[in-house]
This record gives sequence, structure tokens and C-alpha cells, in this order.
Amino acid sequence: MPETIEVDARHLLCPMPVIRCQAAAEDQPPGTRVVVLCTDPGALNDIPAWSRVHGHRVVETREEGDLITVVVEIQESAA
Amino acid sequence: MPDQPKAVALISGGLDSMLAARVVMDQGVHVEGINFFTGFCVEGHTHAIRNRARARPKRNNALWVAEQLGIKLHIIDIIEEYKDVVINPKHGYGANLNPCLDCKCFMVRKAHEWMQKKGFDFIVTGEVVGQRPKSQRASTFPVIERESGAEDVLLRPLCARHRPATLPERMGWVDRESLPDFTGRSRKPQIALAKQLGFTEWSQPAGGCCFLTDASYSQKLSDLWTHRGSKNYELDDIMLLKVGRHIRPSDRFKLIVSRDEGEGRYLEGYRRRFDHLVMRSHPGPLTLIEGEADPDDVELAARIAARYGQGRNAERVEFDFVPKAGEPRGVSVRPLPVSEVDPAWLL
Repeated sequence: MPETIEVDARHLLCPMPVIRCQAAAEDQPPGTRVVVLCTDPGALNDIPAWSRVHGHRVVETREEGDLITVVVEIQESAA
Repeated sequence: MPDQPKAVALISGGLDSMLAARVVMDQGVHVEGINFFTGFCVEGHTHAIRNRARARPKRNNALWVAEQLGIKLHIIDIIEEYKDVVINPKHGYGANLNPCLDCKCFMVRKAHEWMQKKGFDFIVTGEVVGQRPKSQRASTFPVIERESGAEDVLLRPLCARHRPATLPERMGWVDRESLPDFTGRSRKPQIALAKQLGFTEWSQPAGGCCFLTDASYSQKLSDLWTHRGSKNYELDDIMLLKVGRHIRPSDRFKLIVSRDEGEGRYLEGYRRRFDHLVMRSHPGPLTLIEGEADPDDVELAARIAARYGQGRNAERVEFDFVPKAGEPRGVSVRPLPVSEVDPAWLL
């Protein structure tokens, strides 16, 4: 069962949520999901952009009030 | 010779580093980007703070450049280590509190460490000899090579033909003669090359990508150091200097007054760490009080803060004064007339 890693980046401004996501994703096997919780709306652009350049896949983005959740799945090609 | 040489390119998000990476990629080199977050970077967080409705589309320019180039980008948090660069720059400051030469030495050194750790072969930057008065001069290039430790694995492809050959050129990983030969302050050659390479858009921040080149920001940082009695800072300090109006009517305290709802939301996150004023009688900004304010100071702070709400012409404006410790209390003041505001208070 692929692991799910939660990253609490609430109240951090971009690019810190991306940096925290990147640190959590480093050396993780394909299929691992990194769930990033944040409050900076800039993360809605930056985390998907970071995921694209590294070949990872954003499988979900959610906004609930001020809370933004971005779920990134680590891909084989990016390892 | 490696099967395919690998270079790490310092990507700022601007045009020069984009072009530098691209011309090296076009010679068959595998390039990945590296971008350093110092806490003083202009983009990203600052865009996010101001009102959503008024903000331009938000993007991280370095990530955007990486997408245009089709390369990976590694964003590195250097906030803590970077403090020493800002506080004790060996080569001094530029026109403001910008330690550009020390900064470049530091970033190339970090890129060199990354390169060695990841098994890459050389470093690429978008520097152009003569482009910048402080850090991009013929006399400073060897300083950067030496003090970063990168020496001849540092390639500046946009002006390499004006410099001694570096390792990637001598090894034949990069054909020196095929590189551009830019020098000086003109941007025209870069723009021509960008068009030739098919780029139609690029970022050109007017004051560079660092708040330390900004006179107003530097003044606020200098004020912070003066009133702290030491040249130190935490990330929250330097983030708050980017937000709101900063008003210092006294050596004992200053005010940070939000300028719009976005900034108000951001400052809300600091309420527990600062005495603050919440305007009750009229719509108005949240005001943080940094320092030690006695009751008379609180009244002056409220009178100043009242100027920035819709009650600025009212007889009285009511606030809740909320101390870090202790119970909130009501404060009723007459807004300070403009004639009583000393322009020197505004940082």
C-alpha cells in the first residue's frame, strides 16, 4: 500500500509550501501521496507547477474556507 | 567524459538565467534548475498577501521558467544561512541593504555543494560581465569563482567568450564558439536571443527579484535593526516588513497598519504575538503595535490608526486595544489631524 505523507504548510507563504512538499517527496517511491495542507492561495499554482516540472501528478486540490489541500502523487518517471 | 554532461543552472525567474540554461541545453547538456529562497524574494508570498481581487495572476517565476525550459527545478530554503550574508557582508552593501556580491558568492557556493552531492558536472548562471554595477563586473567574476569554491566549474554562457575557458569548455562539453558574447548593461542582445529561441514572454522585475535592493524596504530593515539594538532578524520580521504601512512615532514602538483585506488577513495571524488595535466604530484596518507602548502611546497609536479607517473625519473612533497579555480594553480617540502627522514617522 503506497504511503501517504501529510505536510502541514498552513500559514506559510509561497514558496515555503512548495519547499515543504519537495522535501517530503524526496526519495519517495512511486505511488506515494503527499498531502499538502496550506492557506496561501499561491500554492494552488505553485505546487501543481512544481509537480509538472518534476513529472509528478496532482490528483486532487480542495478549498474549504481558508484551507487549501493539494494531493501530489509521486511518479516513476520523476525518480 | 560523462555520457551526457549535467549542469545545475541558477534560475532566478528572470530572462538571463532562462537564456543561459537554454543555450547550454541546446548543446546537449542535461540541465536542472536550482532556485534559492532567502526570505527577501519579491515574488510568491508578496503576491499572495495583497487582495486577491486586485492581484495579478500569481505565479512563481522560477517555476514558470523551468516549465518553459522543460527542466526540473529544485527550490532550496536558505533563510537561516542567508542571515550571515545580510548581516555581515564581507564586500559591503550596494545602494541599499543589498549585499549583491556576497549573495552571488553564497548562492554559487550552495549550487556547488548541490552539484557535488548530486553528481553534476558544472554550474550555469545568467551573469553577464558589465551588466550590474555591484556584482557583475570583470573584477568581481574571479571573486565569485574563488569565494564560492566553484572555480572553473562555473560557466556563464552568455558572456563566456569574454572570459577564460572553464572546465566544461576545455572538456568539450560545451562549444565555446557557439555561445553568445554579451557584455554590458544593454538588454537588447538578450531580448533578441529570446525571440530567436522562440520565447514570447519573460519576467523583468524592475528592481530585481530581491527586496533588499528596494530603498523603502531597506529603510524599514535599518529601522528594525536600530530599534532592536542589533543586526538580527527572524523570518517573521522580514516578512512583516513587506506588509502594511510601517509608522514609527516613537523610539518605543511602531505601528503596522494593513492596507487592504488581504494584508489584514495576513496580519491576523500575528495577533497573538503583538499588542494590537481593532477598530470597532468604523470599518478600518487591523493595527499591530511592535514594541513597548505605555497608555499614552496606545492613545497616540489609536489616533494614528484612526486616520486609516472610514472614521478619519469622525469626532471619535472606538477601538479595542488587545495586549499580548491581559484583558482587552476599549479606547476612544479623536483621529489625528494630518497637520499633526510628522512625515518622518512613515517608514
